[in-house]
Amino acid sequence: MDNLINNLGILVYATLLYTAPLLYAAMGSCFSEVSGVVNIGIEGMMTMGAFTGAAVAYFTGNPWLGFLCAGLSGMAFALLHGVATVKFGADQTISGTAINFLAPGVAIVTAKAIFNSSDTIPLEPTSKMPILFSGVFSSGTPWSNFMKNVFSTYASTYLVFVVLVVVWFVFYKTRFGLRMRACGEHPMACQSLGIDVHRTRMICVCLSGFLAGLGGACMTMATSNQFRPTSIVGQGFIAIAAVIFGKFRPQGAMIGCLLFGLCSGLRVVIGSSSLNISVQLLSMIPYVVTVIVLIFFVGKSHVPAANGKPFVKAK
Amino acid sequence: MKKLIALLLAVVMCLSLVACGASNDTAADDAATNDAAATDEAAEGEATGETIKIGMVTDVGGVNDQSFNQTSWEGLQALAAEDPTFEVSYLESKTDADYASNLQTFVDEGYDLIISVGYMLADATRAAAEEYPEQKFAIIDDNTCADLPNVACLMFAQEQSSYLVGVVAGLATETNTVGYVQGMVSESMNQFGVGFISGVLSVNPEATVLQYNVNNFADAPGGSTAATNMITNGADVVFHAAGGTGNGVIEACATNGVYAIGVDTDQSPLAPEYVLTSAMKRVDNAVQDISKAVKDGTYTAGTHLYDMTNGGVDIAPTQDLLTEEMIAAVEEAKAGILDGSIVVPTTAEEVPEFTLANAE
Repeated sequence: MDNLINNLGILVYATLLYTAPLLYAAMGSCFSEVSGVVNIGIEGMMTMGAFTGAAVAYFTGNPWLGFLCAGLSGMAFALLHGVATVKFGADQTISGTAINFLAPGVAIVTAKAIFNSSDTIPLEPTSKMPILFSGVFSSGTPWSNFMKNVFSTYASTYLVFVVLVVVWFVFYKTRFGLRMRACGEHPMACQSLGIDVHRTRMICVCLSGFLAGLGGACMTMATSNQFRPTSIVGQGFIAIAAVIFGKFRPQGAMIGCLLFGLCSGLRVVIGSSSLNISVQLLSMIPYVVTVIVLIFFVGKSHVPAANGKPFVKAK
Repeated sequence: MKKLIALLLAVVMCLSLVACGASNDTAADDAATNDAAATDEAAEGEATGETIKIGMVTDVGGVNDQSFNQTSWEGLQALAAEDPTFEVSYLESKTDADYASNLQTFVDEGYDLIISVGYMLADATRAAAEEYPEQKFAIIDDNTCADLPNVACLMFAQEQSSYLVGVVAGLATETNTVGYVQGMVSESMNQFGVGFISGVLSVNPEATVLQYNVNNFADAPGGSTAATNMITNGADVVFHAAGGTGNGVIEACATNGVYAIGVDTDQSPLAPEYVLTSAMKRVDNAVQDISKAVKDGTYTAGTHLYDMTNGGVDIAPTQDLLTEEMIAAVEEAKAGILDGSIVVPTTAEEVPEFTLANAE
């Protein structure tokens, strides 16, 4: 029983730890996709955010300034994507792929120029993302262990759920949200009603980069305290998968991210137990579960009708 | 008209054949000259003042991996800075397919020594070494090429440095429980765990060592989760041999206020108050050593073991968090390893407490 409570605490902790960066990026991906722009470049934007967050926090000593700048750097790369795809109608997949190659290169070259190494200098505890309830719960009894583990999560993790609520509200309760979704379904109709499709899509792509940048910063300012070239390896793609899993809805993407986080935690809990199971099999858990859930429990996904199609304004 | 074209084609083909033949000859001549030059160099040593060209081929980790690729390159750069007769260069491998072509590039450019970084290059290095028996090679962390007459295999006794940090962990733990997170199960990775556990048990036979294999070198959240799990189950010192995953381990230790032990380099800057010590592997010393041997003409093929006696492995110089007792115990263990009274086990079979290899 005690063991069960301990393990439960670890599972919650791991789920939150894995979910936060993915969920930021997934919400970003939602914005871009529903407005009709495929954004494969989430991974690259995360990498840029990961580097910028760690570097700015190191120099200013202010984690929140670092976090904000991380978002802005992601947005800068999203702007590139937006100009190429929305303004000039370039192929969205190719532009995104280019960003995935470009961003890690830019991050590493900049790191070398500033820090003379491809890693940033580790952050001091004060310039790191704070843990809000640090020291409130002491360890000892199983339940206090549980509380301690559950609440040793970072401020950025609480924030991601606040942002989720805001994003949900923007999506479904505001005029902008409705217009943005319409642009992803039938841009021509939008234009005929006087909505500036290019402007709306541009804003969505920029927001997408901003959120992806924040997700990247979670990895280097919370989960660890420095940027290194392996900080972002595939999280962006998992976030995109979570969006498809969640049928292009932010709340659905959240479930996808939580599921992935839970399975990753499960891997550690089972792997640390006395059960003698091959690590190769355990490493598959998150991916196998995702596939199974996709096959059996997630119905037909509605892809925004105009997703991936460049919109050329009617003259 | 047709006849004319046919004639022209025939002429071109003849010419190209001649050209090919000629270029082959030149290449052979060049190679011969190179060989002669190489022998001269070896004979005359420094006196000629010629440059010694050392080329390094990284594995897919790239030259900035914070691990042996980077340390090797730093070692070579330091060597070139201190002795200008050395000319050093590297080629990065983006995929496994690049190994052979990178090695070939250095061979073609007439490098004096080609260093392959990492066991992943073993097959490519073997193939190149067999094809160019006059070319000198060295490979890090691989012993399968030791039978070739022109490959120096640079091996590290990582179990010795792990043993030393194990001694520290065994003394530092108050709960008699320590944790160990490994990045992957392989013969050379297992040596870290085997050495560490032996070290812990040598000073604290009562201790329990919680172990976990993340099976990934770049999963920081996984490292955090594993370490938090160990800490919840009572561990108060956690050692990692897991590359980027280890960042998460150290982070979780700092969050929970327990000690972490780093690996490969001195990882104290990651969390100065919580990184107790680090198990260091001096790949830089090894590449400098073999490069100097080429220059002095004392290069030999076969296995070169870098251990505590020749500065190949050591415990980190940062000792701020260590007590007098720990430092004394480490010195004692070091002396024991050096004089042979302590023989640190190297395989999983010798240490039944090491359980990670069983789950394969």
